[in-house]
Amino acid sequence: MEIIIKPKRGLASLDLKELWSYRELFYFFAWRDIKLRYKQTFFGIAWAVMQPFVTMIVFSIIFGRLAEMPSDNIPYPIFVYSGLLLWNVFANSLSNASQSLIGGAEIIKKVYLPKVIIPAASIIVTLTDFVFAGLVLIGIIIYFGFMPNILGLVFLPFLLFITVFSALGLGWFLAAVNVKYRDIRYALPFFIQLLIFVTPVIYPVSIVPKAYQWILYLNPMTGVIETFKATFLGTTSVNWLSLGISAVASIVFLILGLAYFLKTEKYFADII
Amino acid sequence: MKPIIEIKNLSKKYNIYLMKEGMTYSTIRDELTDIVRKPIRWLKGERENKEVLWALKDINLNINPGEIIGIIGPNGAGKSTLLKLLTRITPPSEGRAIIRGRVGSLLEVGTGFHPELTGRENIYLNGAILGMRRKEIEEKFDRIVDFADIRKFLDTPAKRYSSGMYVRLAFSVAVHLEPDILLVDEVLSVGDAAFQKKSFDKMQEITRKGDRTVILVSHNMGAIQALCQKCVLLEKGEVKMIGEVEDVIRRHLNDSTKDSGLALTRDRERKGNGDIRFTKVVFQDEQGNEIKDIYTGQNVKILMHYDGRKDVGLKNVRVNLNMDSPWGQRITSFYSQTFDLIPNKGHFVIDVPNFPLVQGIYSFTCFARVNGATADWIVNAGHIKVGSDRFFPPGRSVPPDQAIFHIKHNWEVKNDQ
Repeated sequence: MEIIIKPKRGLASLDLKELWSYRELFYFFAWRDIKLRYKQTFFGIAWAVMQPFVTMIVFSIIFGRLAEMPSDNIPYPIFVYSGLLLWNVFANSLSNASQSLIGGAEIIKKVYLPKVIIPAASIIVTLTDFVFAGLVLIGIIIYFGFMPNILGLVFLPFLLFITVFSALGLGWFLAAVNVKYRDIRYALPFFIQLLIFVTPVIYPVSIVPKAYQWILYLNPMTGVIETFKATFLGTTSVNWLSLGISAVASIVFLILGLAYFLKTEKYFADII
Repeated sequence: MKPIIEIKNLSKKYNIYLMKEGMTYSTIRDELTDIVRKPIRWLKGERENKEVLWALKDINLNINPGEIIGIIGPNGAGKSTLLKLLTRITPPSEGRAIIRGRVGSLLEVGTGFHPELTGRENIYLNGAILGMRRKEIEEKFDRIVDFADIRKFLDTPAKRYSSGMYVRLAFSVAVHLEPDILLVDEVLSVGDAAFQKKSFDKMQEITRKGDRTVILVSHNMGAIQALCQKCVLLEKGEVKMIGEVEDVIRRHLNDSTKDSGLALTRDRERKGNGDIRFTKVVFQDEQGNEIKDIYTGQNVKILMHYDGRKDVGLKNVRVNLNMDSPWGQRITSFYSQTFDLIPNKGHFVIDVPNFPLVQGIYSFTCFARVNGATADWIVNAGHIKVGSDRFFPPGRSVPPDQAIFHIKHNWEVKNDQ
């Protein structure tokens, strides 16, 4: 084993062999987060379930009942909850990843490790939350006696990939920026809060005037949530263009986020 | 045989603005105001002074397998930076180092420990962070637990551990990493006295086996002397001297006590509100001559010079000087009575008849409390070497490994016939 230590200039190349050798640490980080999240079993799982469930109830009352938001002839709670399900994976992944380096500052200052795995591992726990929240969706569907479309489950893995890639790409970028500018921490929740309004979670794309719909499609989550509703709830036919845009955008996010991360990671230990 | 570590012209620079306290990271607001200010400054003719600090400059060093190297030097000499480069925590600015083996370090005791996780879970997590494979951790698990002596609390969350247990477990995981190259930075001063001794013994066991290369950074000359075969003196980021431990330590101690006693400059790393600041510590013999080495049994005076802040009345002052053994154990403290009022500039004198500590190098810590608040506190302010043993009258002596201090006593034999 021979390690050569030399200055890192420009874009440090990604050492895939090294990353592979650190797969166990990735697993341990993810395991730690899951362990901590569900340590107090009742509140852990309850929280994963309550958060989207209560949001769904509030949204159903305000947007479904009071504002009479159209929901493509689907009971509004089902409509909004299936959107929230994927939205939460995105929002929580993004938030976890962005905070992960600051949270792991002690480790970064004291041990060498490929730092890209820290934001990546922080995302895994949102997928376990997704599983629990997904069980609740089944409950809601049964409650309303609604018959979903199995096609949705075929699309789901693919949609999750787009969601995770977008969140991770953006998360890598924001995590790196966060090391240098700590005020990201305060701006991010606000940013995520606003982002939900340019995503068709609470409303269908069809209520937005055609001329402005392109704004929604800048956001990769639009295609994901629209496709999930189209396939699982059978609201509309699949909009392949918007799904395509989302898929491409998520890959672009992933690559740009990673590139920025690798370019800046060399000074993390000095300034974090 | 190829050296296990080859360091060639290794340098590391920091921008000074990053080193200022509280300025380690900026906010977007700072950056924006900077963008506005920069052109204004430029128009005013002020050129940006990009001050850089070379924490390490052109280090060249070869270390052979099995060598135990001590690295010493004053604060800010670059000792810790060198370890950070060798562990790849931060990359160098120039030069290179080739490392032929697995590096582990005791810089990282307890890194990644989580208070909510149990001892067992923390062993796995911490082990993985330090670079151990899951299988490896499983193999060493029992030894780790036994060394830390926490078997009863394995499934208790670490937050319920006493600080001693916490440290023991952390040290135990780190020390069982068993890398080819072990880097150690001042960790021998963790835990209680018994555990410190145990850690020190473990270090000795590691260094004596000879199959491990060890780099030990310490302020504690005693530990360096006891463990190392070779020593490097760093000063202001450069290698000042490489050689036999004795010679390098002597050079370092002479340097730091060059002008009349141990000067404690303003920029020393210290705590306290600054009501008084120690300026130097001087050891004197009975006649009042300054001495660098003392012998066991000597009548010694320790002078602690200080400067007071002009606008404060120095009332209710209590001072102490603590002495630490080579393995970092606090062995004794000289505590003063409370002085009602002391002059604004002066020196305290500690009169020690029959200095009782045996041969070795002891580090000392200076502390002062003024009006109930910590005024000055310098950990590892300096060292005093105890050279020979003249505690007992000629003809009576205690072998060096049979005592760490002496007590005045007399022997006689009585006839019971």
